[in-house]
Amino acid sequence: MDMNLKLKIWRQSGANDEGKMVDYSLADVSPDMSFLEMLDVLNEQILNEGGEPVAFDHDCREGICGMCSLYINGEAHGPDRGITTCQLHMRKFKDGDTIYIEPFRAKAFPVIKDLVVDRTAFDRIQHQGGFISVNTSGNTQDANSLPISKHAADEAMDAATCIGCGACVATCKNSSAMLFVGAKVSQYALLPQGQVEASDRVKNMVAQMDLEGFGNCTNTGACEVECPKGISLDNIARMNREFFKANI
Amino acid sequence: MSGVLSSSIGRKVAMAASAFFLMFFLLQHFAINLTSIFSADAFNELSHFMGTNPAVQFGLQPILIFGVVFHFVMGFVLEVKNKSARNIKYVKNNGAANSTWVSRNMIYSGLAILAFIVLHFIDFWFPEINHKYINVLPEDPTRYYGELVHKFQSPIRTGAYVAAFAFLALHLLHGFKSAFQSSGMSAKRAAKLETVSKIYAIGIPVGFIVIALFHHFNQH
Repeated sequence: MDMNLKLKIWRQSGANDEGKMVDYSLADVSPDMSFLEMLDVLNEQILNEGGEPVAFDHDCREGICGMCSLYINGEAHGPDRGITTCQLHMRKFKDGDTIYIEPFRAKAFPVIKDLVVDRTAFDRIQHQGGFISVNTSGNTQDANSLPISKHAADEAMDAATCIGCGACVATCKNSSAMLFVGAKVSQYALLPQGQVEASDRVKNMVAQMDLEGFGNCTNTGACEVECPKGISLDNIARMNREFFKANI
Repeated sequence: MSGVLSSSIGRKVAMAASAFFLMFFLLQHFAINLTSIFSADAFNELSHFMGTNPAVQFGLQPILIFGVVFHFVMGFVLEVKNKSARNIKYVKNNGAANSTWVSRNMIYSGLAILAFIVLHFIDFWFPEINHKYINVLPEDPTRYYGELVHKFQSPIRTGAYVAAFAFLALHLLHGFKSAFQSSGMSAKRAAKLETVSKIYAIGIPVGFIVIALFHHFNQH
């Protein structure tokens, strides 16, 4: 059955403008729509009324790119688990519901417009060591010649599934980025290819994380619950161990 | 090691290290207080030892005070830093959907414990310092039990102690596990500590409550 919804959406014209929650009514929303399709329909309605459509981030719309964000009814990526906003469907809501839609909030993620935030702080952290240096001049070693245990490969792959969406920061009461940085550090710390630069990687990435103004982890575990890829808190513990190994 | 303590991870581990120290102290304080239920002589003997032994008084006591002050100061510093990391709050935030109340409110349970420590210092520590080092009164090794029982005459003070221990339990319910995780213990191993964590976090404060109520209702 189609639904009639009340939407409360954060509207902000630009990075330096004041923002506020604005109320919208949307009728005949199909439960089969995705959440972003619902916003597309709302934007059509706003355009037909001569208004400015709501700006929101999206790209692949299949939970891979990490571009969509949104804090929906008080939760990053909405009330479902293990999904991004683009994978959220309107069947999770009921006719007559009021839905609060806000941008991911953190000082390190400033609002650009409406629901779009600047997450380039994550890119700058990655630039500090979220990679390995490999000679690609033609004599690259075959990756399969390096024996890696199944367990380590699985754990590294789990860490590598982080799509950098920022839900961990958005949901953490301290706006901590430690789940993201922990995943990026772990991904290489678990593999032999990552050992050469391990010390510099963790020191530089943590320093950049602190410089960007993210908060400190207090182990509430909220990030792990809201992470669309189920990145484990183990990665934060591993980053802590790597950090101390690098500094002792 | 330079700069480690100014980093987010360094501070987090320093909080955990001071928490381990304070949790160990709490355990020994509880063990000594527990003897007061069973034997006034044993309590007097242990208290006399702790109160007069130079290694305890001039070695461990300053370390303890440093540990307490460090834990509180660092806790406040981190709280201010964490609050400033989100300059605009959410209009609607559903914290209960993904984390426990105790984990999100460590600052408030911590503030309640700080208020209790002030009361506890006024009740016991300042009179002790006054007795031993300011007025330099003669030591009576049998005075401790009587002083303890006398303090718990007042129902208001006993109630304040009971309330403070309830906040201590809330603080420990998250703090015990959190200290291990901050030290680098994996979440899977930390999960195995769940039972130990609950026994410590509930057992120790409930034990202190029992001691306070026991003396309140057993006034001679």
